[in-house]
Amino acid sequence: MALFNKNLVRIGWFLGWRQLKRSSLWSNVLIIIVMILTFLNLVVVSGILVGLIQGSVNANKNYYISDLLITPLKEKDYIEKSQNILTNIELINGIENITARYRTSGTIESNYKLRTNFDDEPETVSTIIVGIDPINENLVTTMSQLLVEGEYLDSSDFDKVLVGSSLLRRYLDIESPGFDLLDDVFIGTKIRLSIEGQSREVAVKGILKSKVDEVDRRVFMVDSQLRSMISRPDLNVGEISMRIDETIVSPDRVKEILVNNGFDKNAKIQTFEEAQPKFLQDIKDTFAILGSIISSIGLVVASITIFIVIFINAITRRKYIGIMKGIGVNGLAIELSYVFQSLIYAIVGSAIGLVLVYTLLIPYFAANPIDFPFSDGILVAPLDSTLFRIGLLIFATALAGYVPARMIVKKNTLDSILGRK
Amino acid sequence: MKKIIQAKGIKKTFYSGKIETPVLKGIDLDVQEGEFLAIMGRSGAGKSTLMYQLSLLDEPTAGNIIVNDVDVLKLSGKKKTVFRLKNLGYIFQDYALVPELNAVENVSIPLLMSGMSIKKSFEKSRLVLKNLGLDNQSNNLPSQLSGGEQQRVSIARAIVDNPKIIFCDEPTANLDSESARVVMDILKNLNRKGQTIVMVTHEREYGKETDRIIHLVDGLIDKEERLR
Repeated sequence: MALFNKNLVRIGWFLGWRQLKRSSLWSNVLIIIVMILTFLNLVVVSGILVGLIQGSVNANKNYYISDLLITPLKEKDYIEKSQNILTNIELINGIENITARYRTSGTIESNYKLRTNFDDEPETVSTIIVGIDPINENLVTTMSQLLVEGEYLDSSDFDKVLVGSSLLRRYLDIESPGFDLLDDVFIGTKIRLSIEGQSREVAVKGILKSKVDEVDRRVFMVDSQLRSMISRPDLNVGEISMRIDETIVSPDRVKEILVNNGFDKNAKIQTFEEAQPKFLQDIKDTFAILGSIISSIGLVVASITIFIVIFINAITRRKYIGIMKGIGVNGLAIELSYVFQSLIYAIVGSAIGLVLVYTLLIPYFAANPIDFPFSDGILVAPLDSTLFRIGLLIFATALAGYVPARMIVKKNTLDSILGRK
Repeated sequence: MKKIIQAKGIKKTFYSGKIETPVLKGIDLDVQEGEFLAIMGRSGAGKSTLMYQLSLLDEPTAGNIIVNDVDVLKLSGKKKTVFRLKNLGYIFQDYALVPELNAVENVSIPLLMSGMSIKKSFEKSRLVLKNLGLDNQSNNLPSQLSGGEQQRVSIARAIVDNPKIIFCDEPTANLDSESARVVMDILKNLNRKGQTIVMVTHEREYGKETDRIIHLVDGLIDKEERLR
């Protein structure tokens, strides 16, 4: 029985491959193009939808949170024993770079020199002012690459700041009560920075754009200057981010070490997965479902296309199918010949699609992300989920090839030979 | 001589809604092993329908058919297919070659179905094609062959697995006289070597070259001519 079945598979392949090889090149090319498009629809549509959010997730990690983020406990506005924590972190093998940020809330004001009527509201924006060591910050978050105008900070810069683009109207033109933006701020423009009743006039040295609110809605200056304004002699900082060489130590392990040293009593210690905004994961999951729905429709359309192609093929060859049955070829072998043809279409289409996605589209979107207001969208196509989708496509195509072939093969042999209905 | 086909009381009626069209009205027919039988008659007399019943391509409305000692009407569909493969060969008026398969591949189908390897089946098919004068055309597709050549490929396919009986449905009808002559000579040669052949034809010239002719009129055997 097993041998008999093996023989049917062999004959199915014999008939299917030859029929495919000797049929019209252009119709084969056309069907394969349909399969490639179906594959791309399956992988790329959901990949881009997920990639929009993944772009945001990546930006949060690369430009703000990094691999581990330490922030103050709920009731504090600074991290207690910051210097102890920093010393401990530096001793852990595998920590590549650390940045410690002072932070405080304050306001910035523009056009204050042109203000003639003091009954008018001043042009101010509430923001977080962050003091950084420019070199360390750049090593962790590559902040210098986020400049869209101007230059990055030097450690020796005095009264100079970097301003997030989402504080400026020319970058974020939103008219909404309570959402203030500054006008007329350019490189070199003097703005007034106010913290806890103290004011200082500073010059804008650069403008940052990262599509991460924690960067784009903040003002950055050299840490020593901010510390002098907020009088923080204890050197307790507001945030610590660090980049970790995960081949040496995992972020979870670093967190564990810090917790074991009791620093969780002084600060909130979070890995990137814990610190990333939860809504991003929710949107990612929702987009993944949405992508799957769209892809499923594509899969059904492709299956119907294959069904029609095979049905037309089988019905026009009904006479020959009848003759083959007549001379003793088992119906299953004939059905398998059509399944093999469908499988070849699906496998070739998927293989070309796979090459396109991994050698062309993913590198292309990585180099040229889709510019969405909230993220730089990339194409996300993990190999395991792509292979699952290929499996799905191959299964649906095989079924779409089998059903019409079965419909024709099961017709009466003599009716098929004579072309009777 | 063994009776290789024994058909008794064969009736075939076609139904179209409430309309009944009796085509075969009770035919008794025996075919001896090694016999070359011609079934003749006017168009609509039922000669092809009779051949389809005898060759298991169709099932009669009534009657019994024993082929090579097997009560074939009791076989299931799958067993009939296997029976056809192992015992019967077919030659059709329009050659009925699979268009995407070349000559040797067309001929190989029954051998492959019997479980022979592709290499061996191609070797055997090429030999049969060579014997039929087609050694240079074995790699040609049907569309690259003349009608006579296609019919010879069809004959090669019918005989390649040494069937007990070959059924021919108007094998010369689509051919010019020269090609028809070649086909008839091949069939006669096969018969001389002991091959049982049942041939439907409306061409008396070729019918006369067989061992026996049965003439059908309105679904019944009108007369029988024993020629040899």
